Amino acid sequence: MIRLEKRRQPSTFWSAMAPLMAVLLTMIVGGAMFAALGVDPVAAIRTIFWDPLFNPQFASYSRPQLLVKAGPLILIAIGLSLGFRAGVWNIGAEGQYIMGAICGAGAGLIFYPSESVLIFPLMVIAGGLGGWVWAMIPALFKTRFGTNEILVSLMLVYVAESILASVSSGLLRNPEGMGFPGSRNLAQWDASANRELISGTGMHWGVVAAFIAVILAYVLLSRHILGFQVRLSGAAPKAARLAGVSPARIVIFCLGTAGALAGAAGLFEVAGPAGQISIDFNSGYGFTAIIVAFLGRLHPVGILFAGLLMALTYIGGELAQLMLGVPGASIQLFQGMLLFFLLGVDVFTHYRLRPTAREAA
Amino acid sequence: MADALLRLTGLTKAYPGVVANDDVSFDIGEGEIHALLGENGAGKSTLVKMIYGLVTPDSGAMQLRGKTFAPSEPSEARRAGVAMVFQHFSLFDALSVAENVALGMEAPPPTRDLARRIREVSEEYGLPLDPFRTVGTLSAGERQRVEIVRCLLQEPQLLIMDEPTSVLTPQEVEILFATLRQLKDEGRSILYISHKLDEIRALCDTATILRQGQKVDTCTPSEQTARALAEMMVGSSFEMPEGRAHSTGDVLLEVTGLSLAAPGAFGTPLRDVSLSVRRGEVLGVGGVAGNGQDELLAALSGERLAPAGTIAFAGRDISRAGPMARRDAGLLCAPEERLGHAAAPDMSLTENAVLTGARREGLVSRGLIDWSAARGFAQKVIDAFDVRTPGTGTAARALSGGNLQKFVIGREILQRPDLLVVNQPTWGVDAAAAAAIRQALLDLAAEGAAILVISQDLDELMQVADRFAALNEGRLSPARPVSELSLEKIGLMMGGAHDMEAAHHA
Amino acid sequence: MDFGSINPVLLLASVMVSATPILFAAIGELVVERSGVLNLGVEGMMVTGAVVGFAVAVNTGAPLPGFAAAALASAVLSLTFGVLTQVFLSNQVATGLGLTLVGLGLSALIGKPYEGMKSPTLPRIDLGPLTDLPVVGRLVFGHDIMVYVALALVAGVWAFLRYTRAGLILRAAGENHDAAHALGYKVIRIRLAAIFFGGACAGLGGAYLSLVRVPQWTEGMTAGAGWIALAIVVFASWRPWWVLVGAYLFGGVTVLQLNLQAAGAQVPVALLSASPYLVTILVLVVISARGHHGAPGSLGRPFHASQ
Repeated sequence: MIRLEKRRQPSTFWSAMAPLMAVLLTMIVGGAMFAALGVDPVAAIRTIFWDPLFNPQFASYSRPQLLVKAGPLILIAIGLSLGFRAGVWNIGAEGQYIMGAICGAGAGLIFYPSESVLIFPLMVIAGGLGGWVWAMIPALFKTRFGTNEILVSLMLVYVAESILASVSSGLLRNPEGMGFPGSRNLAQWDASANRELISGTGMHWGVVAAFIAVILAYVLLSRHILGFQVRLSGAAPKAARLAGVSPARIVIFCLGTAGALAGAAGLFEVAGPAGQISIDFNSGYGFTAIIVAFLGRLHPVGILFAGLLMALTYIGGELAQLMLGVPGASIQLFQGMLLFFLLGVDVFTHYRLRPTAREAA
Repeated sequence: MADALLRLTGLTKAYPGVVANDDVSFDIGEGEIHALLGENGAGKSTLVKMIYGLVTPDSGAMQLRGKTFAPSEPSEARRAGVAMVFQHFSLFDALSVAENVALGMEAPPPTRDLARRIREVSEEYGLPLDPFRTVGTLSAGERQRVEIVRCLLQEPQLLIMDEPTSVLTPQEVEILFATLRQLKDEGRSILYISHKLDEIRALCDTATILRQGQKVDTCTPSEQTARALAEMMVGSSFEMPEGRAHSTGDVLLEVTGLSLAAPGAFGTPLRDVSLSVRRGEVLGVGGVAGNGQDELLAALSGERLAPAGTIAFAGRDISRAGPMARRDAGLLCAPEERLGHAAAPDMSLTENAVLTGARREGLVSRGLIDWSAARGFAQKVIDAFDVRTPGTGTAARALSGGNLQKFVIGREILQRPDLLVVNQPTWGVDAAAAAAIRQALLDLAAEGAAILVISQDLDELMQVADRFAALNEGRLSPARPVSELSLEKIGLMMGGAHDMEAAHHA
Repeated sequence: MDFGSINPVLLLASVMVSATPILFAAIGELVVERSGVLNLGVEGMMVTGAVVGFAVAVNTGAPLPGFAAAALASAVLSLTFGVLTQVFLSNQVATGLGLTLVGLGLSALIGKPYEGMKSPTLPRIDLGPLTDLPVVGRLVFGHDIMVYVALALVAGVWAFLRYTRAGLILRAAGENHDAAHALGYKVIRIRLAAIFFGGACAGLGGAYLSLVRVPQWTEGMTAGAGWIALAIVVFASWRPWWVLVGAYLFGGVTVLQLNLQAAGAQVPVALLSASPYLVTILVLVVISARGHHGAPGSLGRPFHASQ
């Protein structure tokens, strides 16, 4: 028999190794899944993880896509990670992302067709505010009534999707769009376009914001007293009370930050890569970012890498779909497995295995 | 001994890094009350868990009435006639008394019969209980009755009791002892675990003393002095806190008519609590667990705000001030629960130093934490209070109870409080560390600080306190000078008989 | 607008049908939570049940094997959550979310070939004269078998928790796992069994969605039903009969808004289609403002039998 024994200190080795182990296990089991689907597993894994970066045929298109996809994932995951550290479970980032996009786009479209340089910054602020307001709903219910933020934030995703469907065929519909749902194309309007900053890199303002968020979050968590209070609230809520940390303030800060970042990410997306508000504008970044946050160990630098890796699976997945006929859904499963394996492997960070004599469990 | 009920031979159990029991052998006779005496960490719990089938020994054997006894799980032990009353962790607050009892039985009868049996047994042994009450609403003493009745319904041959009196008033202890003697007269055996010497000398026929996992001796406690037993238990002599000769100053803390609703479904409300503490004085607050100790500390620390005008500190109303403002003013607290409340288990000692020391020690400037200053402060606490740890980067969880407690108390004392409130300062701490902590509190008082010690350990309060008050169901008795008190008076105060004169004449 | 087209008896009957998937999932989750485990993966298990049930029913040409397969598949899937949280001691919230993501991915993968197909569906039972009774006949005696199975399950869970020793032990593990362990009960095994049961129930709920309620397979067709089931358990304060009330309430809101949409009510469609979720939020807020009574004491806390 083998039993788990709690380590006196979390293992730093396993803390760093767990994500790598999880990736490896996902490749193995994912490979088996591809084999079961009748796809050569080695080719599938290579297509997903290698070709987008290094295959000369695809790399020129794929490499910029890496930052385009990683940007929103990192931005959202950074916000989520603060809450997850504090024990505030915001899983409605998808809704905050949608509302950010709607508010940001709406704020810009009011001024159409002005060419003022202030329009894009205004849209970013409106986008952030939109996400923030949407996240304040669960935050206020949580602090006022103790309502479970998991369920409320998640329900609000569906509400946001309804609103998205409504505005894309109503309020924000392109008046020149011949009645088709969807807003004006923001990427093609100079004042609102979030365009590529350095040609061929995929770098846009959202990616810049993501990098800044990583740095700020790092400083916040490692040096600032507020970051300490966030960590303390998650690690020992009663000790946080003793230290004078107001739980309500932490809930509002964490949800608010996550909402604002997700909202901004939505705006950057709608004004750039997506181009317009449409019914199916959102693509699940808000949910994938949850995986990114955990895969990055809720650590800003880890999230940076995890975001890039997850972006790679998106791009590689599309490529595998195209080249090998792998079903698109298998990539989603692939990402879910990654989280599962990480959570499983993570046990070694806090526990060690011990062979034991027979023992009543 | 020919008439041994349970014979333990060479029991050994090792956990990584620690040998909990090392070659322990002794006999428990039929109809005997056998004490198992030892400090925290001496291996008492592991030993009884082996007897109760919760832990399997690495080596050694047990015989019950001459037959091999190796229970692999508690139900097997229960079937063999071994029952156990736990110190913690074995009642279900949200379930009824009858349900709790049923859970501890092998084949419980239908609810109606069970309820009747509970009434019968509880009356027979003088432990009245209502089978349909929710356990969470019972007092600590009543909760213990549930556990005892649960055991008695199974007609056990051996009853194991783990620190049973730590939650009882002196009067309740007398009732318990009467019950135990009644059981003994019926021919049952009791294994009685405690570190309270007087109790053991009064109650037990035989005592086995454990120290660091090994058996030191088996003796007849009534033939030993308390001092001799203590020395066997502790192994070396340690310094008892010195008496004090200091004068008290102005009133620093004045609580008047403080009432506060219970924090949760099973919490205790504070009812019209009034107290005052002077500079240089130690006020001891006694009482059985769950009578409002945590709630009183929370009201004083600012974790829960009090109605305006109820708490005055240094002449200023601080009732509505939060924990930070109160600490800034010089009111510091060390709550009972070390892991999770006084300290964050998974955070390093440095981070735990920042936890309460951030402002008074100037560890934060413009929002940024000065980690090297924080390490310095943590190291200072470690040095000043002899905290045994590899370093400031160690997680709080990795420290032993005594060392972490020294760190927590030291962290507050080094911040030079004007008033220090501590709850259970030496709970679960080895004797040497406990003595050091008590001494530190007395030294702090001697330097002119006011101290409020909340504790369930009466011996401790008698040692350190100048005045004593007792909490009972959220009410605080008037404080009396310790020098005027007797054990009987204390018991009456803890039992809620606040007007002691009336109680005497009654 | 034509409210006259809404027949109250048919409306109520369709409320029962519409509530059944959530009822299955919620009663299963109730058992899981009463054992002290918070499984947020209900959505993932439901959607997996929906696709497996649909696929098996299409391939066998009969709905009942579909239900059986759905229950089994979701229960097995739930065991991955069980092993991770109970044996590997992973965080229950994160693992539950992971289960949902895995379930959504897995179901989309399995379901690809089945999109747009029709499946055999369950017939309504016909008790002759009883079913022909006015109003009552259609409401009480005119449903398919799974509606009654769901109701029986609620009654069964209620009786199990209240009257059986196994139910008492399960509640004990949920209230205080340390105490249950100290008394010698196998907390981990009890919880794994509860998780397995919860998975099977969620699978039945999902299959009911794809085989009866819709009946078709579309990707992500549960559309938050699993999350609503979680909310209903909170709404019910962990009491079985209140789960029934909650499920019928939400089924009612869903049916009503669909009928209002169909009747062309002068209410924005976005508001109508969001109404089940808005009502869920509202109910959660009201319940929490009243105070959380009845949550199992060990809910969501990891259990590790140390020393």
